[in-house]
Amino acid sequence: MKKLLTAAALSVTMAIPATADTTKVGFIYIGPVGDFGWTAGHDRARAEMAEHFGDAVETTIVENVDYGADAERVMTQMAISGTDVIFAASFGYGPDVNSVAGRFPDVAFQHATGYIQDHPNISLYDARFYEGRAVLGHIGGKMTETNTVGYIASFPIPAVIAGINSAYLHAKAVNPDIQFRIIWTYSWFDPALEADAAETLIEQGADVIMQHTDSTAAVRVAEDAGVMAFGQASDMTQFGPNAHLSAIVDRWAPYYIDRVQAVMDGTWEAQNSWLGFADGIIEMAPWNDRIPAELQEEADGLIAAIIAGDYHPFTGPINKQDGTPWLADGETAPDVDLATMDFYVEGITAELPN
Amino acid sequence: MIRLEKRKEPSRFWRIANPFLAVLLTMIAGGIMFAALGKDPVAAIRLIFFDPIFSETFASYSRPQLLIKSAPLILIAVGLAIGFKANVWNIGAEGQYIIGALFGAGVALAFFPAPGWYIFPLMVIAGAFGGFLWAMIPAILKTRFNTNEILVSLLLVYVAERILAAMALGLMRNPDQPGFPGSRDLRRYEAAYNAEIFAGTGVHWGVVAALIAVIFAYAMMTRHMLGYHVQLAGQAPRAARFGGVSPARLVVICLGISGALAGLAGMFEVSGPGGQVRIEFASGYGFTAIIVAFLGRLNPFGIVLAGLLLGLTYIGGELSQMMLQIPGAAIQVFQGMLLFFLLALDFQTNYRIRLTKGARA
Repeated sequence: MKKLLTAAALSVTMAIPATADTTKVGFIYIGPVGDFGWTAGHDRARAEMAEHFGDAVETTIVENVDYGADAERVMTQMAISGTDVIFAASFGYGPDVNSVAGRFPDVAFQHATGYIQDHPNISLYDARFYEGRAVLGHIGGKMTETNTVGYIASFPIPAVIAGINSAYLHAKAVNPDIQFRIIWTYSWFDPALEADAAETLIEQGADVIMQHTDSTAAVRVAEDAGVMAFGQASDMTQFGPNAHLSAIVDRWAPYYIDRVQAVMDGTWEAQNSWLGFADGIIEMAPWNDRIPAELQEEADGLIAAIIAGDYHPFTGPINKQDGTPWLADGETAPDVDLATMDFYVEGITAELPN
Repeated sequence: MIRLEKRKEPSRFWRIANPFLAVLLTMIAGGIMFAALGKDPVAAIRLIFFDPIFSETFASYSRPQLLIKSAPLILIAVGLAIGFKANVWNIGAEGQYIIGALFGAGVALAFFPAPGWYIFPLMVIAGAFGGFLWAMIPAILKTRFNTNEILVSLLLVYVAERILAAMALGLMRNPDQPGFPGSRDLRRYEAAYNAEIFAGTGVHWGVVAALIAVIFAYAMMTRHMLGYHVQLAGQAPRAARFGGVSPARLVVICLGISGALAGLAGMFEVSGPGGQVRIEFASGYGFTAIIVAFLGRLNPFGIVLAGLLLGLTYIGGELSQMMLQIPGAAIQVFQGMLLFFLLALDFQTNYRIRLTKGARA
């Protein structure tokens, strides 16, 4: 028994190099790094950040971590093992991040797309995906021949609902006959479920598939069925060279470098960042050649207008689904409305799960 | 020439020895896999099996966590094992676990924010009742219409998941946080919080319940008439019928016990480590418990060991991801190997390999 204990103690001293000037950065992911979507986007940024700092940082990841007790345990173990800053890269880690952060006030917590900030050592960060969704809606609305867009949605949370609304409004603007069919999977990463959803949507007449789920399954199904699709979070062209029109590509690296630098400098402070096209946090995957040149220019123009601040994707007049006014003519949506969005805009025929 | 010969009686020695041998073989095969991934196999195995219990850095935290992770597995598996012995196949413990959690949380949310010592006991009763009720569906369909309980209980898992989503989005949604799915955090509601009984030990009421269930299951299976009927029905259904054992009654009892225990596990989880009703609340305990039941040889005390072992591979698996950057998928393969080797080795419980000289006529 004693031998065993010494061996175990040895293994730990070996595993944790005692160099105090190395900044330890931990990442926990909801999916596998090989999802080619959301988690891949975060891990890409982690790798870029690690390369930027070289030996000054040591990064570690744990993938496929469920929300709840598992996430809490993994983050606690990271904190115990001397991690300086932990990036929790999924919406649902909120309660867990807050519970662990309370117990480890010296560890910096960065929670992606979160909304609970009970302690001074929690930063929230998010991307304005609805800006990208506006571009998808514009392209999808013009490209569809059946006037039907199929939308695979994950969880009915504000970010996802705002994305649907943004895509719908911009599709509607260029195609008054547009219809949105929406399927909720209640999961971020479930290739089988996403493939089923895509097939169902195609059967219902959709010839453009949008997704707010992380796998490449829908793009593959679209490719096989000869319809069009947009990828998610990463460029998914290789999974559907004909089908894949574009994708909102997440680029967290500049932000990660910035925040880790702040930890190194001792200047890290809790903040709440919501970054968009203008910050380089999201960008569009290369346009598919099947998108007409004219439409490509329109899309580029839309992005340029958003970056310049000339255009806000939610500009009134916009009514809620039930007909009550939301934004007056020319009014733009305040951030708080978008961050707590729990309604569809007028024209969407589906019902929000409730 | 190698010949297989069926044993007259299953070997008691191999029944006991196989799980240990399976762990050993998993270590060897897993070690080879880790080495092929370019990781130090010895360090990896040590991180998975020893560091969660013995490491200076992690053990004080991960030892209690081991109980928290294993308790629901043991609680569910003990119930399933009784049914499996009687050839009653409840594959839907995951669904009963979810419904139990919803019943328990429902009681808590109905009383919120009232204080009261009686709230938690009521939640316990409700949780067990919820799981029991959900298990009664396949039980009654089986006894009345002779449907297959494997299919019915399994499919009811998906129904339960949808009910869970509907509850998290609707009825049980936290009214103070509109726009976001999920109920109130029960850990912040003292009367409903399944807290640690002794701080820092990981022992919450679910762990206590698991222990009680193990002892009761053991007593029932070895000392009580019902346990005898269960064994008889499993091994010799015809003889059991002649002996006056009613198959329908056994089906109801077995599904009822396993459903109630799964419901209890869900209730203790949602009011403690899980904390709230959320769409992603169910994380597969009900399915993993099937593995635990078989790994533990359907014996209550074996199940305790098996539950702890599986819990260990989860916690150690996370540590090895964190410390050695072993991919999550490799850890899952590693856990899969454990079951694979056990099933493969079980072969020699019933058969023996004989070397014979020359061909037989």
